[in-house]
Amino acid sequence: MPDLLLELRSEEIPARMQRRAADDLRKLVTDALVARGFLYEGAKAFATPRRLALHVAGLPARGQDVREERKGPRVGAPDGAVQGFLKSAGLTSLDEATIVSDPKKGEFYVAKIERPGRPTLDVLAEILPEIIRGFPWPKSMRWGAASAKPGALRWVRPLQSIVATFGPETETPDVVPFAVDGIAAGTTTYGHRFLKPDPIEVRRFDDYVQALERAHVVLDADRRKDIILHDARDLAFARGLELVEDEGLLEEVAGLVEWPVVLVGSFDPSFLEIPPEAVRATIRANQKCFVLREAGSERLAPAFILTSNLVASDGGLAITAGNERVVRARLSDAKFFWDTDKAIPLESRLPKLDSIVFHEKLGTQGERVARIAALARELAPIVGANPDRAERAALLAKTDLVTEMVGEFPELQGLMGRRYAELQGEHPSVAAAIEEHYKPVGPSDRVPTDPVSVAVALADKLDTLVGFWAIDETPTGSKDPYALRRAALGVIRIILANEHRIKIASLSSKMFAWLLARQGAQIEAFIDEKPVENTESRSAEIVENFAIPARFLNFDGLLSKNRELLFRSIDFHRSESRYQDFGSYAKDENIQQYILIARQQLGLMIYVEDEREAAERATELAKQIYWLHGFALETIDAYDLGLLESIKSNFNDKFIARLEKFSGLESQSILVFFADRLKVYLRDQGARHDLIDAVFALPGQDDLLMVVRRVEALGTFLETEDGKNLLAGYKRAANILRIEEKKDGRSYEAEPDTALAAQGEPEERALSEALVAAREAASRAVATEDFAGAMQALSTLRAPVDAFFDKVTVNAEDPALRANRLALLNALRAATLEVADFSRIEG
Amino acid sequence: MSSAVDLAPRTSFQGLILTLQNFWAAQGCVILQPYDMEVGAGTFHPATTLRALGPKPWKAAYVQPSRRPKDGRYGENPNRLQHYYQFQVILKPNPPNLQELYLASLDAIGVDLKLHDIRFVEDDWESPTLGAWGLGWECWCDGMEVSQFTYFQQVAGFECAPVAGELTYGLERLAMYVQGVENVYDLNFNGGLGDERVSYGEVFLQAEQEYSRHNFEVADTAMLFRQFTDAEKACRTYLEAGAPEDEAGRHRMAQPAYDQCIKASHVFNLLDARGVISVTERQSYILRVRELAKACGAAWLRTAGGGA
Repeated sequence: MPDLLLELRSEEIPARMQRRAADDLRKLVTDALVARGFLYEGAKAFATPRRLALHVAGLPARGQDVREERKGPRVGAPDGAVQGFLKSAGLTSLDEATIVSDPKKGEFYVAKIERPGRPTLDVLAEILPEIIRGFPWPKSMRWGAASAKPGALRWVRPLQSIVATFGPETETPDVVPFAVDGIAAGTTTYGHRFLKPDPIEVRRFDDYVQALERAHVVLDADRRKDIILHDARDLAFARGLELVEDEGLLEEVAGLVEWPVVLVGSFDPSFLEIPPEAVRATIRANQKCFVLREAGSERLAPAFILTSNLVASDGGLAITAGNERVVRARLSDAKFFWDTDKAIPLESRLPKLDSIVFHEKLGTQGERVARIAALARELAPIVGANPDRAERAALLAKTDLVTEMVGEFPELQGLMGRRYAELQGEHPSVAAAIEEHYKPVGPSDRVPTDPVSVAVALADKLDTLVGFWAIDETPTGSKDPYALRRAALGVIRIILANEHRIKIASLSSKMFAWLLARQGAQIEAFIDEKPVENTESRSAEIVENFAIPARFLNFDGLLSKNRELLFRSIDFHRSESRYQDFGSYAKDENIQQYILIARQQLGLMIYVEDEREAAERATELAKQIYWLHGFALETIDAYDLGLLESIKSNFNDKFIARLEKFSGLESQSILVFFADRLKVYLRDQGARHDLIDAVFALPGQDDLLMVVRRVEALGTFLETEDGKNLLAGYKRAANILRIEEKKDGRSYEAEPDTALAAQGEPEERALSEALVAAREAASRAVATEDFAGAMQALSTLRAPVDAFFDKVTVNAEDPALRANRLALLNALRAATLEVADFSRIEG
Repeated sequence: MSSAVDLAPRTSFQGLILTLQNFWAAQGCVILQPYDMEVGAGTFHPATTLRALGPKPWKAAYVQPSRRPKDGRYGENPNRLQHYYQFQVILKPNPPNLQELYLASLDAIGVDLKLHDIRFVEDDWESPTLGAWGLGWECWCDGMEVSQFTYFQQVAGFECAPVAGELTYGLERLAMYVQGVENVYDLNFNGGLGDERVSYGEVFLQAEQEYSRHNFEVADTAMLFRQFTDAEKACRTYLEAGAPEDEAGRHRMAQPAYDQCIKASHVFNLLDARGVISVTERQSYILRVRELAKACGAAWLRTAGGGA
């Protein structure tokens, strides 16, 4: 069977794109063939820096002949129908059709169409240019004279030549006849750019691979990787060293050479006083070289492995010397960074964080650190950490971001901070937390366990979550640019692994309030800082710079239009000249609006920690409000504290209540997000998602550890006979209740009358008594977090419930008795709600 | 009398420049002199920015002194300078063998391709201030970046049709490599031997010290802010004054306007070095320069040089 060989030779393809491109090429070509009915035996694609190649083996020489019968119109049908039939069947006249007679339908025409299969070569000539034109490179470009015209071919870098042959092993294959943008497919390719740049004639895959090898091109990336890895290990071994393996780097380096030649270079051992991670990052990131370590030790050796693309005439001396020179210069830089960084205590770097924007709407790293430190302190007692250490670690956690070393190698964040902290004599837990607060980074990453690390890691992640929640940057579908899902999963894993009790919703609520307070202060600062030229642009600027106020000011039902009014009013208020004529403005609609918002701002003052500052700003705001109401300024000064009090009593309570409600709502939506993440996590661990739903359906479930405990207990309970039967009884009760409640148009939520039940059937009485006891016991057990005990209490209901359904007719003649029996069923529902919402449980 | 000067690139910085000039002159390039304004890179020269736009073929090569105020190190860093030389080659459309030509130019300056490992490593280029981007590589010689190689896709916000190929040689770095010198100030500048030798340090060390002081500590920021606004205004005024009179007409002031765009860009770099531009403002300044660059690009496309 014939094979296809395709080679697309270009200028250097970025290493990171090669493997994907080879896969895409194979998939696109084979899919297109299969879609046209051409099956193949095997396909493999390859990539080097200068070519993509594809071998499709075992294709048919031509497609299968197609035979089909197409039913036509009746004999004697109108001409229009006949013409349509002839056209669709590809016939010239009815003579080419056969007549078939059917006992029911009579006689009609049938066209027997025979289409010979198309030669594969033609089909290839059709699909290959299409695939090349539409190739999904992550980034592509135009080039050369052809790029003067629109619609020019795009490729990752200029495409130089195309080889495309098709034919059986025994014969000279055909060239697939096509051209793209003037590049015609042929049989000529070229070898290694420097070692063998001459043209090579190729016919089919086998001789292609061999010819390339002779021309110093190793086609298969995995083989290049093998060569590099083995040569590197051997060279290291010969020097009594070991290669520090690095799969990512190996993959990249294999994409930078067609003919790997591995060499060893060395550097001055004095550079080894730089932390090993930094040495490695320097040599890896800048030079794409591997580092080596002393055999059987973790200590780095003053040597490195480089992979060149050349068999040099001097055996690689000049190449090694050149690389050593660059490594030396880079390590000198790294040493300079290390020495400079060491000399500056981490805490003195804090002010610099104030100038680094974390997110334009969430302020600077400095503000973030302040929040994280406060939160870490708050969390410390909950997770068993020393509050001072937790706060200290949080304070220092981001300071390495402004060190020279991390500036150069961002991947060393945390780790360098830890090193510098150790050097300046921080407590070991504090130093460790600086590195570990980023953890867990991925699903396989370690979860921190040192209480200080836990406090800072949780604070960092919660701050991220709440912050992005506040500015509406929540994950949607596959988009999660700020890795919020990962942050939530991190929180979940830390809490569960360390068995900590943390109220997610109430913590989040508190953090929203912090963000809110900060925002109020910032707007004021912003307004003070920049004199107004134009209120319109000011309003726009504020809206652009502070997403949170826009959102938070909205919560009182203010539309964006009203926000504009606020800003205009603030500006108006601040331009002193307008103080003169307040009477008319007081009635102004803008001003009314402003008063409303100023009151809200006043409410924010409760979140300003410094009492004096709060009082001053509250007075200022109160003045504004009263002044705008039409009081004279002098009068206000006299009011002083009494004024504040009256403001507070009049407006504040209502506002604070609203504020809290809003923060509560926000944190609820975060809780839902956590619940989803927890579900995904527990499902991966094998838990039933309906049980998780059943537990989350209960109010106030914001303690993730307790949720998990409850789910576990529920799962175990439902595995038992008692559990299964009770669930069945519950479902039956719920069913009856639903039907009867609907029929009666009322609910039976009243407590059942035990006296009435005592007079009824014995089973009725038994259930009534059991319910009271079980519910009490379950409630007690839940209060002590003994979920298994609560389930145990419920399990005592099984027998009375079964007996009740067995012997008692719910729909009694006596309406009072019937109502009471329905109330009993409702009491069963209520009892189960102590542990979970059974209506969410499947089965 | 034997000359006390050896102009081979391995002994002379200016010899390296002359060799590159001769090489590209032989390829039919117009050999220009540096643009007479302060720029951050050879790309800002109108011979690249403006000439890369429009359909007309163009081949040029030139040395461009480049100023990066923030890179000043008071003459104390062996690799970093606030003023250095780039050798710039621009070929529109790019010839199909541009990589081969580039390698031949390395050979010409004494890089033996049988001994040295030359690599093209992905490096996509983007200039936010010029509204320009392209794909290409940084070219490595034994692990050291010695040039930038870019296929311009867009300049001043306009698609390049046809595409121009741009080569930028970092001359000091290349010379250090070819001369085997570790410190830029030790480069032999003139190729003079013995007493005739003039080092790079003798020519530029004092300037690096003085300009670092100027860039970081003293540059008059009030004046610079004014100059930025003035240049921005002037650019718009000149564009307005030269605007085509009708649909079919040509623009008559694209280049003087573009000079003001260059000026604004350099003034911005100085302000940035002085640390008086905040992070948020930074973005808006870059945007303002880009708007000028775009307007100048649009104007250029309405000139004879731009193919109108």
